[in-house]
Amino acid sequence: MRFMMIVKGTTDSEAGVMPSEELVAAMQRYNEELAKAGVLVAADGLHPTSGGIRISYPEPGGKPKITDGPFTEAKEIIAGFTMIEVKSKEEAVEWALRMPDPHGYGQGQIELRQIFDMTDLTQDPEMLAKEQALRERLEGPRRT
Amino acid sequence: MSDRAAHRAIDAVWRIESAKLIARLATMVRDVGLAEDLAQDALLIALERWPETGIPDNPGAWLMTTAKRRAIDLLRRNKLRDRKYEEYGRASPLYTEDDVEKESGEIGDELLRLIFATCHPSLSQEARVALTLRLLGGLTTDEIAHAYLVPEPTVAQRIVRAKKTLGAARVKLDVPEGAELEERISSVLEVVYLMYNEGYSATAGGSWIRAPLCQEALRLGRMLAEVAPREPEVHGLVALMEIQSSRFKTRIGLSGEPILLMDQNRALWDHLLIRRGLAALERARSLGRPLGPYALQAAIAACHAQAPTPGDTDWARIAALYEALSRAAPSPVVELNRAVAIAMAFGSAIGLQIVDRLADEPALKGYYLLPSVRGDLLAKLGRMEEARAAFERAASMTQNLPEQALMRRRAAECAERRGEDTNGVPGARV
Repeated sequence: MRFMMIVKGTTDSEAGVMPSEELVAAMQRYNEELAKAGVLVAADGLHPTSGGIRISYPEPGGKPKITDGPFTEAKEIIAGFTMIEVKSKEEAVEWALRMPDPHGYGQGQIELRQIFDMTDLTQDPEMLAKEQALRERLEGPRRT
Repeated sequence: MSDRAAHRAIDAVWRIESAKLIARLATMVRDVGLAEDLAQDALLIALERWPETGIPDNPGAWLMTTAKRRAIDLLRRNKLRDRKYEEYGRASPLYTEDDVEKESGEIGDELLRLIFATCHPSLSQEARVALTLRLLGGLTTDEIAHAYLVPEPTVAQRIVRAKKTLGAARVKLDVPEGAELEERISSVLEVVYLMYNEGYSATAGGSWIRAPLCQEALRLGRMLAEVAPREPEVHGLVALMEIQSSRFKTRIGLSGEPILLMDQNRALWDHLLIRRGLAALERARSLGRPLGPYALQAAIAACHAQAPTPGDTDWARIAALYEALSRAAPSPVVELNRAVAIAMAFGSAIGLQIVDRLADEPALKGYYLLPSVRGDLLAKLGRMEEARAAFERAASMTQNLPEQALMRRRAAECAERRGEDTNGVPGARV
């Protein structure tokens, strides 16, 4: 099963302050450890939201509204992510606990979320049926 | 923390730490079996203590220190192990958690040594697989038995015997050099790929895919790419497994029936895994040596992965890659695949000529894909009655139920279309 460790934004990450050398080194060591254990799938950091764009739909069925960054609410912002593939939720938690404090100034926050993905190949017929139904819904419009 | 929660958390720690732990202990005591016993002992102590004390900050170091203390106790009590005790003594027995923390990080060689030991040529193929899953994957004998659909005692016995064999053969825990390194690596890759294939296309029974084996093989492959980064075939195998895994979701239908490559919904392929596969293939290429069999197969898989629609497939390139593969690792199965690629690139009739040359190949005698491919080409050439017979034959040759069903369905389709005058007109199906 895949999990995403989401590193939340902070005032520093939003201000474009680069992490300290020590933190960069610690993160690198951590990523190496993930890779050596064969569980690392992807990891990336994001630019501050000042360069971001938000598209929202305030009216049902209406036109999209485009807002340029920066966005407020730093806590709701994602600064980076690491995707891992592990055997259990507990294993994901254990790995997440080993990630260095991502900011080091009292604002660091990591959120762990399981990725909705059927590649974990359930053999439960009920789950497969649901997946198939979803697939058909997704494919429906494309056929016309 | 409840006992149950604590045990689940300890399981997770074990999964993360056990390979490193066993690898390092094995290097010290020069005995893979003893190393596993020591690691297991440490785990048992953790199971007793951690539910009360909580999981320590550095559980790996805690387990290592505990295992080393156990080793000292054990060796002191057991004078018969003087030889090992002596060696162990030289490796400085007084460890603190701090020492272990300082050590951590540079574990590559020790892991590689352990992988070489579990895939040692003195063991049978089955024993290599079981021991690798156990010592490197951290799987229980029960989990391994489940994955391989064999009774648990069988697996337990295989593992015990394998450890004895390694001990009796005094297997050196080392990283060989030069030609020997390549030989040993290829033995390891074989084990990993065997594991992957067992999961990818189950040989018998009602289930087409056994996911945990694939995932474990892929994880071991990714691990290997980190500890042996200079071996192109390691990256080749990882690339192959990543790309094949990208199609998992689309390989089986609602009732577990197989969906062939050309019929799969490419939008549902996992593009992250495809990218990872292409990157691994690039790493294999960048090492500047001729591509080996795994990298070539990965390159073929990459051709499919990069075609947005089946019609965009570069069959000429695939045929050329099969040509290279048949030179690097000649086999009738590769030849059969080459025939398919050539048929797609240059016409079914030419492909059929190659397939018919393989008819008497003893290695393909029980291989249901031979009549299956033949049926496919015949159907495309409009020779429906011959095609139907070929599919029937294919169905009678496979024990896998979904495969059987697919072959029967195709035979029935041919029977329906028997009356059509399709001679020379390529069929719609692939």
